[in-house]
Amino acid sequence: MSESASGTINYLSHDKSIKSWLLTLDHKRIGIMYLIAVSLAFLAGGILALLVRIELMAPGETIMSADAYNQAFTLHAVLMIFTFIIPAVPAVMGNFVLPLQIGAKDVAFPRLNLASFYIYVLGALIALGALLVGRVDGGWTFYTPYSTSVGDGILFVTTGVFVMGFSSILTGLNFIVTVHKMRAPGLTWNRLPLFIWSIYATAIVQVLATPVIGITMLLLFLEKFLHIGIFDPALGGDPVLFQHFFWFYSHPAVYIMILPAFGIVSDLMGTFSRHQVSGYKFVALSSVAIAFLGFLVWGHHMFVSGQSATSSVVFSLITYLIGIPTGVKVINWVSTMYKGSVQLKTPMLYAIAFLFTFSIGGFTGIMLGVLAIDIHLHDTYFVVAHFHYVMMGGNVIAALGGLHYWWPKMTGKMFNEKLGKIAAGLVFFGFNLTFFPQFIMGAQGMPRRYYDYLPEFQGYHLLSTYGSWVLGAGLFLILGYLIASLVNGKKAGLNPWGALTLEWTHTTTPPHPHNFLETPIVTRGAYDFHLAKDLFASGEEVSEVVTSTTH
Amino acid sequence: MGDKGVFWLPDAMSTFAGEVDALFWFVFWTSTVLFAAVVGAKLYFMFRYKRKDETSVPEPVHESKILEMAWIVVPTVLVLFVFLWGFDVYLRMNTAPPDSYQITVRGKQWAWEFEYAEGVTTFTEMVVPVGRPVKLTMSSSDVLHSFFIPAFRVKQDIVPNRYSSVWFEATQTGEFQIFCTEYCGTTHSGMLAKVRVVSEEDFASWISEQSQDLPPEQLGAQLFAQCTACHAVDGTVKIGPALNGIFGTQQKLSDGTSVLVDENFIRESILNPAVKVAEGFQPIMPAGYSSMTPKQIDGLVAYIKSLK
Repeated sequence: MSESASGTINYLSHDKSIKSWLLTLDHKRIGIMYLIAVSLAFLAGGILALLVRIELMAPGETIMSADAYNQAFTLHAVLMIFTFIIPAVPAVMGNFVLPLQIGAKDVAFPRLNLASFYIYVLGALIALGALLVGRVDGGWTFYTPYSTSVGDGILFVTTGVFVMGFSSILTGLNFIVTVHKMRAPGLTWNRLPLFIWSIYATAIVQVLATPVIGITMLLLFLEKFLHIGIFDPALGGDPVLFQHFFWFYSHPAVYIMILPAFGIVSDLMGTFSRHQVSGYKFVALSSVAIAFLGFLVWGHHMFVSGQSATSSVVFSLITYLIGIPTGVKVINWVSTMYKGSVQLKTPMLYAIAFLFTFSIGGFTGIMLGVLAIDIHLHDTYFVVAHFHYVMMGGNVIAALGGLHYWWPKMTGKMFNEKLGKIAAGLVFFGFNLTFFPQFIMGAQGMPRRYYDYLPEFQGYHLLSTYGSWVLGAGLFLILGYLIASLVNGKKAGLNPWGALTLEWTHTTTPPHPHNFLETPIVTRGAYDFHLAKDLFASGEEVSEVVTSTTH
Repeated sequence: MGDKGVFWLPDAMSTFAGEVDALFWFVFWTSTVLFAAVVGAKLYFMFRYKRKDETSVPEPVHESKILEMAWIVVPTVLVLFVFLWGFDVYLRMNTAPPDSYQITVRGKQWAWEFEYAEGVTTFTEMVVPVGRPVKLTMSSSDVLHSFFIPAFRVKQDIVPNRYSSVWFEATQTGEFQIFCTEYCGTTHSGMLAKVRVVSEEDFASWISEQSQDLPPEQLGAQLFAQCTACHAVDGTVKIGPALNGIFGTQQKLSDGTSVLVDENFIRESILNPAVKVAEGFQPIMPAGYSSMTPKQIDGLVAYIKSLK
């Protein structure tokens, strides 16, 4: 390929027809299609969250009936968890970034990759089909026998989740093979970016945990159509068994949600500190360890469910084993900045916000793991606050950091840095104002999933609702300036953040349809900035595509 | 509630509530100190090592093995300590003393029923003696519920088809909130009750008063307590229609017909709520009330008749 062609052709411009998008096998385009799909899911789930918060501004009816409220919080969670958080980072950033970061032309199975996208869309539509046949009620946990007593909504939702699960399994499989077989020459496991390590660990969980939701669905169908008593007490079944099945999938799913966030934060910390990520091997391998240990702690959701006291004790103990590596990671990220060269650009602000919010999520997780304390806090707003600090304060804040970090690479345009910082501030402040008061009211006894509440809790609910408006404003601001950047954003340079990973050093911006003009040869680790001093010697933005073979 | 307590937790009103709180505060303050250290270090590094020179490329830090070991070992020791402490308190919370006073608790959509050893039954209020262990044996006739008294720090799910239990010993007299904390449908947030803790003497005299036969209207008024999550008696429309002043009137039904509100209609509405549904309401009244005795139904009919 000639030099002039490489300057003009990129994956966005080489063919602009709708068909070329819908049938694309390019991992970058598939990543962008996922970005659009999960953003729509996030928008819908977010609007429901705002409505739920408005309803809770005062005791009694505010804007909707009890039935409408119960379905709103259920649908909020179903959309956010199954159609947004689980696919968000692996499918969007994993797809776009992973092959680029390992110096590959694409993922190992590009057709399978496109199929996973359409399977995801199909699954999401089936899950939403539940709205047409009746109600989606019972919270995202869908505990039987309530969930099966209010119509067939649960059958649609589990079928939808099962189908989306296939998308998740296929994506995971694709990534595992890609990481094993398609790394560029010289890119050893010890040199891999930590984002790759975390996506790899996530993929293991995706492949191993997701089938359980299929088993659960099959059992629900057997019960519904053949009247075999499995979960329904009226048929001699055991509702607690459903909770075991549910959490045996959904607890590992929590790691599908949080591990990719760890990867993003590691990359951001390294790049914006221009420094080796402290404890690289520990951070890398502990992600894999957490992926396996994550299968052994599902019972900590069930301390008051009626499971045996012995089980509860064992689950409590293992929960701590998984808490420690996670805590040590946080220390590693903080100490990456130590004696580094820290640059506070928008993506880094999210990484720093993550350290704050995710730590609160972690410490309150320790609180909930203590048997005697969990009995008081279980199913109160304390738990609601805890998992929002982990899911939103962990995953979503990190994902926003990743989105801002890779946005120039994806679109070729810079967003408005000043607005970016303002929005990061709004999101951080709004998030804490929304969820911190929920810890206090939960500890005081406010149960979750309550349409109506005692007047003494109103002050906390009001703060929380005001917080949701600030948070919403921040998120809409992001949507606004990102879209605006497509129209009038400054053209992005090759490596605006001064990163060392291959997607920044060895490709054009936006990347060529085939990623690399020549196969990159890797001679240093992802964060070995001290071995690449010449790149930064001019003090200018790094603006040359490095091709190790020609230099 | 009357038991606002300190900023985070409601006042501790049972024998083990204080132990739970001690553990809570230990984890709370340890976490706060560690969190402050993490955030403090983060903020310090952010500004201390801020990039001043675009060409600067810092050398990697030689990692200190001792420091690394410390931040693995110290948290491990801390969490194991907290685990053992939590385990110890949990065991006591799980083991009811053999001489406990027994109350049978039934949860149903969306009301509580408390039946005492003496055969007395109450609905929106559970009365217990102070300073005596009380064991609740709980069951559900429909879906999952969960029994929660924040002031006592007790919570236990109630599962259909199996008994679960919880115990406590109240340390002070007073009135405290009972919540349902497992989502159970439309009026989940209305499935509330109070626990009233009274002295041993007051409890004995209260029980003997309750044991006497009540006239139908008073019995009905007492039973009606389990209906108030959905039905008001002051004209307010809740999930179900208000029931005052309806006796003897014509009630429009959702199928377009209408029916005279008489004794038979009230009886049928309790036993078979889905058959005749008032216009403008959903057929969501649970069938769980059909287990009432004829005498209880007579009482409810008499009470609803009396409402103006």
